[in-house]
Amino acid sequence: MKLLPYIAKRLLYSIFVLLGLSILIFTLSRVIPGDPARLALGPMAPQWAVDQLREKLHLNDPLPIQYIIWLTNALRGDLGESIVSKRPVIEDVITFFPASFELVIFSTIISIALSVLIGAMAGRRANSLFDNLVRVFSYIGISVPTFVWAILFLFFFGYIWKMLPTLGQLSTEFTRPPFITGMMSIDALIVGDLGAFIDHFKHMILPSVTMSISRIAQDAKILRAGMIENLKKDYITSATSFGVPESRITFKYLMKPSIIPMVSIMGMEISGSMGGSFIIETIFNWPGFGRYGMWAMLNKDLNAIIASVMIVGAFFALINIVVDIIIAYLDPRIRMVERSA
Amino acid sequence: MNETRFRFLNEERKRELVKNWRKFSSNPLSIVGLISVLIVLFLAIFAPWVAPYPQSWGRWVDFNNVLKPPSWTNWMGTDNFGRDIMSRIFFGFRYDLMMAAAILVMVVPLGTILGLIAGYFSGTFIDTIIMRVTDVFLAIPSLVLALAICSLLEPSLFNSMMAVSVLWWPWYSRLSYGIAISLKNEYFVQASELIGASTPHILFREILPNCLSPIFTKMTLDVGWVILIGASLAFVGLGAQEPIPALGNMVSAGTKYMPDYWWMTIFPAIAIAFTILGFNLLGDGIRDLLAVEEV
Amino acid sequence: MQERLLEIQGLHLNYKVYEGYLKVLNGVEFNIDKGEKVGLIGESGCGKTTTMRSIMRTLPSNAVITAGKILFKGKDILTASMDEVQSLRRNNISMIFQDPTAALNPVFKIEEIFSDIIRFSVRTSSKKLTKDEIKLKAVEALKAAALPDPERILQNYPIQLSGGMRQRVCIAMALISSNDLLIADEPGTNLDVTIEDQILRLLGNLVNERGTSIILISHALGAVKGLVDRVYVMYAGNMVEVAKTDDLFSDPLHPYTSNLFKTVPKLTGGGIPEAIKGRIPDYFDPPKGCRFCPRCDHAMPICEKETPTFKDMGDKHEVACFLYS
Repeated sequence: MKLLPYIAKRLLYSIFVLLGLSILIFTLSRVIPGDPARLALGPMAPQWAVDQLREKLHLNDPLPIQYIIWLTNALRGDLGESIVSKRPVIEDVITFFPASFELVIFSTIISIALSVLIGAMAGRRANSLFDNLVRVFSYIGISVPTFVWAILFLFFFGYIWKMLPTLGQLSTEFTRPPFITGMMSIDALIVGDLGAFIDHFKHMILPSVTMSISRIAQDAKILRAGMIENLKKDYITSATSFGVPESRITFKYLMKPSIIPMVSIMGMEISGSMGGSFIIETIFNWPGFGRYGMWAMLNKDLNAIIASVMIVGAFFALINIVVDIIIAYLDPRIRMVERSA
Repeated sequence: MNETRFRFLNEERKRELVKNWRKFSSNPLSIVGLISVLIVLFLAIFAPWVAPYPQSWGRWVDFNNVLKPPSWTNWMGTDNFGRDIMSRIFFGFRYDLMMAAAILVMVVPLGTILGLIAGYFSGTFIDTIIMRVTDVFLAIPSLVLALAICSLLEPSLFNSMMAVSVLWWPWYSRLSYGIAISLKNEYFVQASELIGASTPHILFREILPNCLSPIFTKMTLDVGWVILIGASLAFVGLGAQEPIPALGNMVSAGTKYMPDYWWMTIFPAIAIAFTILGFNLLGDGIRDLLAVEEV
Repeated sequence: MQERLLEIQGLHLNYKVYEGYLKVLNGVEFNIDKGEKVGLIGESGCGKTTTMRSIMRTLPSNAVITAGKILFKGKDILTASMDEVQSLRRNNISMIFQDPTAALNPVFKIEEIFSDIIRFSVRTSSKKLTKDEIKLKAVEALKAAALPDPERILQNYPIQLSGGMRQRVCIAMALISSNDLLIADEPGTNLDVTIEDQILRLLGNLVNERGTSIILISHALGAVKGLVDRVYVMYAGNMVEVAKTDDLFSDPLHPYTSNLFKTVPKLTGGGIPEAIKGRIPDYFDPPKGCRFCPRCDHAMPICEKETPTFKDMGDKHEVACFLYS
């Protein structure tokens, strides 16, 4: 398969979409009532200071010019200054993004493992007691909002049973490992601080399980439906009639075609988790990109808001390309069509 | 002659209805969904009459009854202003359902029509413009865009509705776009083109009716999603504001009183989950009934 | 007397659906000898595939066998343990499915599909095969099914093959584990007529070479005629007639059989062939007596009440109809 041209095409298209997204969010941030300079300086600042800042931010220029200035700066890695942290936004992003990425990756591992296990068992034994329990769990998992799960977990695991730490990344008795990748579990392993790693890992459990629940529910439901659908297919009957053992049929011949729909929504789900992290990290006080973005939004920190939206958009685009490549690897039908197109 | 035909049609329709009902009711989960939705609708519509303390919905303070645990007088307890939680939940259903209804009423016709036009004129620049704009709105998880738009506007119930509407229409245009593309080359569409039917006729009388069942199904499923996003916005303080008893901000108001006054949080949270669950179950039942493949 | 290979006795089978039971098989009687070639014809939906799938024990989970036996070399398949059934599937019987596209898993290479079949069909016989031996066996099977360039085909996905090639691949698969009996369920029906013809010829040659018995289900009455020794006619869950091929075509006894032959268009012209009036009965509530009764021109009062059984008319010609009792 000609993978490279395909990826290049996808990347190019994603760049156009991201440009569109930046126009949308930039325009919104400039047409809202209220003066961005005044917002940045606060109501107490003298008028001359506001005027000075307006000049500095090019707010007196027409909107298209402002956008082009913003874009050229952004392409050079300058996303402006955050009014909350008083630092360049790009530095904040670099500081906070890895922590969120860590959480998203960990919750992705949890949800893939559990949904494959649950979905396959339910799908192979349709209408059994276990299957019905899974169906009920799926509906509840999809219907209960993330923040409700977060509060319930905090309440039970944190306050009632006191099983797991609830807030932050690390208990106070441990020293923070140095910032190498920004993902604390990896950093702790690199410097060989096993105690910190375990403590950090415990902190990670509640937020990432919260993040996973709706995904497990969704994925298990899709996998179950796929397996039930494919179980009726002739190729399964055919494999059975050649005496291929049942476990091999389930985990090879049934699993591979059934897992494709699940993988294809995974891009959406991973970036959905990134979106969910805005609320989850705020509740669990996880010092990541989501909590940062939420702070920016609650404080009308325009530069940081635009940056958060664009970073999540770029993440979404990249993840989707990766997922499409995985799908093409799993499903020859898509690969062949792609080649002929 | 005509009359017998009519009677025949009525009979046929009745039989069809009975058959559909049988199919729908064969899944107990769909029935649970239907009943939950009916309960929520009933409580929302008649909230002022069924709520035990209707005055609790707004700015009302009763210092004698602050933070009372669930009891026979206040089944779900009272909040930090002494307001009855259960009454506020009933009114909360009202706001959440109104929000969902208003958003869908705005979004569905707009999105569908744009998608139809783009699909029918696929390959032209109209298609390119509409669908590229659609892609931009779908290039980021809905929740993040909703949060961002709400934070740029002043946080309020109305603005959160506007924000969700702005990002929700592309789903419908994508849905109707797909259908329009696949129907465009069907013989019945080509036939109407050949006899010189106008474009609006083809769009709305030939293609649109084929989109209705998927769109209807998606709408039922979306009520749950819209309520979920609305509740999330209210929860972080970017949606409906005090004293409006939207379920999301009731939960968030309660979190400050966790874990000692858990009823302030837990009951509204259950109410949200119950509503969304009901609409999801009902939506899935309808999807199975209408045999809609993908929504 | 030939050695009896497979015998089905009074097989009754229901499908459980939401509203109740579909009474599909209604006492199927069937037998086949070692090395014999038997055809099975009948309208679609009359239970041919269901019967064959009960032999392989690959029925859908909602199927319930209420009565009957399926004896393979004298042993009842229906009560056999799972190990015995697996051994049968791996070494003795194999089945070619109606639609080769549906019967090949779309996300695996042909080689992967083959290697599992070969690995497990040989595992029961003492030694384990190496990778190269497995590949060699696969290539041999594909060659036997008259496929050119087997090495390349093994590296292909089903989607890369043409319909005819897929059908041949399915046949090659079946050859691996069909030492005694090959069940071919309408092979080639979805293909061009010329290719269908090639496929049927190929099947005929293969079973002749190997001395395997074959059950050939087909709509193509003409094809059946040239290939098989005996033909069963099935209608709505019953075998209604069986005879040597030539006898059946020259002298059909059951009203359904003769009607079935009338539906075949003739090259000599004479207008559109007649269709059989009515349709297959509703299995939810089938006729009490003979299931063909509502569509039969010769129906008698007794036909509505009792189910006819096979009656020997001489020279292996049997018919289940009250006209002949």
